[in-house]
Amino acid sequence: MLTVMPELDSTAVIEFRDVSYCVAGTQVLSGFNLQVQRGETLVLLGRSGSGKTSTLKLINHLLVPTGGQVCVKGVSTTESDVIHLRRSIGYVIQDVGLFPHFTVERNIGLVPRIEGWAVERIRARVDELMQLVGLAPELLSRYPHQLSGGQRQRVGVARALAADPEILLMDEPFGALDPLTRDDLQREFSSLQKRLCKTVVFVTHDLREAVRLGSRIALMEAAKLVAVLPPDEFLRSNDPWAAAYVRAFGEGLEAARNRGTS
Amino acid sequence: MNVFQFIQQNQSQVLELTLEHLWLVGISTLLAALIGIPLGVAIAQRDAFSKPVLAGANIIQTIPSLALFGFLLPLPWLGTSADRLAILALTLYALLPIIRNTYTGIRGVDPAVVEAGRGMGLTDSQLLFQVQLPLALSVILSGVRTALVIAVGLATIAAAIGAGGLGEFIFRGLAMVDNRVILAGAIPAAILALLADFGVGWLEKRLRPR
Repeated sequence: MLTVMPELDSTAVIEFRDVSYCVAGTQVLSGFNLQVQRGETLVLLGRSGSGKTSTLKLINHLLVPTGGQVCVKGVSTTESDVIHLRRSIGYVIQDVGLFPHFTVERNIGLVPRIEGWAVERIRARVDELMQLVGLAPELLSRYPHQLSGGQRQRVGVARALAADPEILLMDEPFGALDPLTRDDLQREFSSLQKRLCKTVVFVTHDLREAVRLGSRIALMEAAKLVAVLPPDEFLRSNDPWAAAYVRAFGEGLEAARNRGTS
Repeated sequence: MNVFQFIQQNQSQVLELTLEHLWLVGISTLLAALIGIPLGVAIAQRDAFSKPVLAGANIIQTIPSLALFGFLLPLPWLGTSADRLAILALTLYALLPIIRNTYTGIRGVDPAVVEAGRGMGLTDSQLLFQVQLPLALSVILSGVRTALVIAVGLATIAAAIGAGGLGEFIFRGLAMVDNRVILAGAIPAAILALLADFGVGWLEKRLRPR
């Protein structure tokens, strides 16, 4: 007879158990509990310095928790093979993460190559990904500095997807883009995610982006998680921090509008 | 008879000493690169060691070259051969620019790029050989270039302890108070320095990451 261990929720791909993280005496994260379910897009929302990026880096073990446990697929990150763990997690960061001395093709094919895939298989996978993220094949031989910001970000997404990881970590991936390009990429990412059903953790400080892309929004403030809500509930929430965030965005738009009329 | 006629008349000797000179410079710079680049990489990764190592290399650099030859003379095995002694001294002098530039080059790689690589699951050595070293290469090479040019000049002093090289002409000319003989050593040495500078500079440009 099979027994199910109660504390192991089979659908939680990533789990923070009472995690704290401090560096040089500063508490970056404390008493942090969160579960990320298979196939969902969890958005970590919060202002700069609230600990969003650190939370993300705890998942792929770029940072080591000083207390508690971060579990990925049921295994604590401190006990797993870090290299293997990272290669099974796609990682997209804002703009700068591409290797400047690699062509687009080598950048995208990096993880498959270090995983020892055959050359033809890498080639086929790269072509497939270029199409998936909407990049023309002639860009394959370009270097990152020869691309536009939007193209670079597409390459970043393609690179993260290369070895078909189950989990995708995205740290303000569209933050440095102009509003129109950002809008395009958000729409494309959203439809891509509907097809691929990855487990995504997405960091942003932009409420609009959070509402648009997230299946749940986790709001962080001063090293703590203050609310985890689906987007529609988040917008109606009575939680003071959530309400303050929504108000700030609404008022910003309102103020801009009033300036135009008065 | 002017200096060029002198060089022409002593063609074979000029050539021989030039090759000797090249050998001294080549071997010592190669040794310095073999020691200095790994050392530079090591201190770039463990910053606590960077200060003492760089300070040590700096101190060596401040020892007058003739004095350094003198200090090294009593060493066993090394002290018994002028060539070995000269190569050791030249290697020590070439270390500083190579260590320092390797350190600076590796440190200068964008931390975001390094972190992205680590986040994607590159091992430390993959990160080093595929990301950090290629991106630091032009800075490292310019250190090697500086080391080479310094070595070409310093190697002329190796003749003082009998290690040969173009310094032979210079010392002989000084003793004979004959400028032509001095220049027969100095001109080829200067040309060697320029060629080395140009050669590595060209390599640096070719290998620069775009």
